[in-house]
Amino acid sequence: MTQSNLAFKNVSSDLDIQLDPKDAKLSFVHIVVAFFAFLLGVLGGLLQGLARGGIIELPSWLTYYQILTAHGVLLALVFTTYIIFGFFFAGMSKTHGAFSDRLRKAGWIGFILTTIGTAMAATMILANEASVLYTFYAPLQAHYIFYIGLTLFIVGTWISGVSIMIHYFKWKKQHRGEPTPLFGFMATATIILWIVAGLGVAATVLAQMLPWALGMTDEINVLLSRTLFWYFGHPLVYFWIMPAYMVWYLVVPKVIGGRLFSGSLARLAFVLFLLFSIPVGFHHQLMEAGISEFWKYIQTVLTFVVVVPSLLTAFSIFATFEQTGREKGGKGVFSWLKKLPWNDVRFFAPFMGMLFFIPAGAGGLINASFQLNAVIHNTLWVVGHFHLTVGTTVVLTFLGMAFWLIPVVTGRKLTKSMNRSGMVTTWMWSIGMFLMSGAMHILGLFGAPRRTGYTTYQDAPQALEWFQGIFVSHTTVAVGGTILTAAGILMFYNFVYLAWFAPKGHTEFPMTPPPTDTPHTPAILENWKLWIGIAVVLILFAYTIPIYDMINNAPPGSPGFNNIIK
Amino acid sequence: MHLHKYEKIWLVFGIGSLVLFLVVLGVAAFAFGHQPPSHMASVDSQNLEESVFSKPGLEQINEDTYRARLIAMAFGYSPDTIEVPAGSTVIFEVTSQDVVHSFTIPGTNVNMMITPGHVNMAEYTFDEPGEYLVLCNEYCGTGHHYMQMKIEVTP
Repeated sequence: MTQSNLAFKNVSSDLDIQLDPKDAKLSFVHIVVAFFAFLLGVLGGLLQGLARGGIIELPSWLTYYQILTAHGVLLALVFTTYIIFGFFFAGMSKTHGAFSDRLRKAGWIGFILTTIGTAMAATMILANEASVLYTFYAPLQAHYIFYIGLTLFIVGTWISGVSIMIHYFKWKKQHRGEPTPLFGFMATATIILWIVAGLGVAATVLAQMLPWALGMTDEINVLLSRTLFWYFGHPLVYFWIMPAYMVWYLVVPKVIGGRLFSGSLARLAFVLFLLFSIPVGFHHQLMEAGISEFWKYIQTVLTFVVVVPSLLTAFSIFATFEQTGREKGGKGVFSWLKKLPWNDVRFFAPFMGMLFFIPAGAGGLINASFQLNAVIHNTLWVVGHFHLTVGTTVVLTFLGMAFWLIPVVTGRKLTKSMNRSGMVTTWMWSIGMFLMSGAMHILGLFGAPRRTGYTTYQDAPQALEWFQGIFVSHTTVAVGGTILTAAGILMFYNFVYLAWFAPKGHTEFPMTPPPTDTPHTPAILENWKLWIGIAVVLILFAYTIPIYDMINNAPPGSPGFNNIIK
Repeated sequence: MHLHKYEKIWLVFGIGSLVLFLVVLGVAAFAFGHQPPSHMASVDSQNLEESVFSKPGLEQINEDTYRARLIAMAFGYSPDTIEVPAGSTVIFEVTSQDVVHSFTIPGTNVNMMITPGHVNMAEYTFDEPGEYLVLCNEYCGTGHHYMQMKIEVTP
């Protein structure tokens, strides 16, 4: 009897998980896929940066655009999506209680479908049958299996997303009249955004590209497919950013030992992101024919409204920092800064992400600025820009998150040496990205194109300059990329250690206590029908007439061309 | 909803600068005509020989204005060189015969997407003599990075 009691104690301390272990497992498999995709994507980035800079030549069986496609798909789609769902399943279980068996099963079905889809698309990319980059613009045509893979990927995430939303709404039903936990509120806003935006890409893939790739239709309406793609492609950015913001709003305040400044503002910011990130896709199409200036301008205006929730976020987060720093005895104008835990990777990595978001956001304003876009459209500037937003702000936040999320779901401890390793990873990632992205921005201003293999355009003097500067050079890009790769490999090591080798023990799931204003949160913010309704109205306003026009005044369609152009 | 005083100041500042910024963009666009390339004409990309693009090339409109009708294709432009005297204004009308390309002159503001089925337009005055590189900055297939043409601006 004594023995069995002891054994029981050991087991319970071994499995010191604060979530239902079954939920933790579902979260963990997502994280595992995310980090394997991360490693492959990072290595692809290295090869590509070196080839682009003219430093290495790729073997004949591997093409530049094939690696570019793999790099984009693995990092921008696979890594982000999986780690976000890993975070959501764990966070929902922590804040709303364990998932019911049926909902968890739905989560597993979603995971399996998404993974089958990923494998199908990846196989076609490796076979060089889908080197269409992650934007897959028609009439470049990939193998139909690639499109089926994309469809399964999206549908799988919808199923997982719906399971998370039902879990949230069940809580809401059981606690009528109470403000919902912020985590569920924010996750739900993110998933609604993802589902509404995904309808665009589903429409173009299912109704346009798949029948055309299977030979059931001869021609495709190129402009319509581009518009539907960007209807999805811009909100996709917010699908990455919003979970990163969730870490800033909900986790970072706890990590620094404080609480979030304001709950109402946090909810308001997420509602505004939901409303204003979808009807804005035209700002990716400012330089193309077939859409009138008027509608482009309307969407430019809607794009800029997103500045408001971004400023709200900046305010809330820094107010939280100051409030916490002062509670810990920080005085004067800035000395509270010293009270923040600068040596804790769970704080430092997201913080570096926040710092990089300042130039990233400013660059985004330039990109979306109607006429100004002509200067940088499709140049390396754009690549520099999204390596700051997604590649630094979002990725550093998720890397910082990995240092507590993985131990939480595996019942292990974040050791001191692992924390130090995480700090080194963060510094290397920041330095590598500073060099690479800085050089990319400036090269772009001088007109160097994006998504282009090594070329000097028959030694055109303008193009040669892009290789000769000290900082403004493809060589700097490659050097920065190499440092980034080293950081990426180190991060993969961190992941493996935290997942399977760290000592067993207790790790806290950091979650801010409810902000003091929670009881006074306006009820209207919880009215999802209202917000979805407004989002639909805005989308219909921004898209109905231009899309009607694209269909009715369409030029004859395009046949398919594969990337080798036969 | 209770708002902190600093929050109000911050929001008024943010929304105010947003409005100012959008008014600047709008005035530049609709009062001064700084519009992005958004030409609305369409063509049949599979039968360009039956359109105004049957003989792509340069055409003089008046003393110092030219129209350049060009076809973008994998992996080049037709024609691949045009020559104009310095001080000329060239109106580019470009379409694609296959996939999506761009028509981009680095160092200028000429940078537009060329989608099949549509004609896109941009205008530029070449004051400085010299050789201008035109490149494609939208991925168009394996030979994308070889796609280019030249604009010779003679003194």
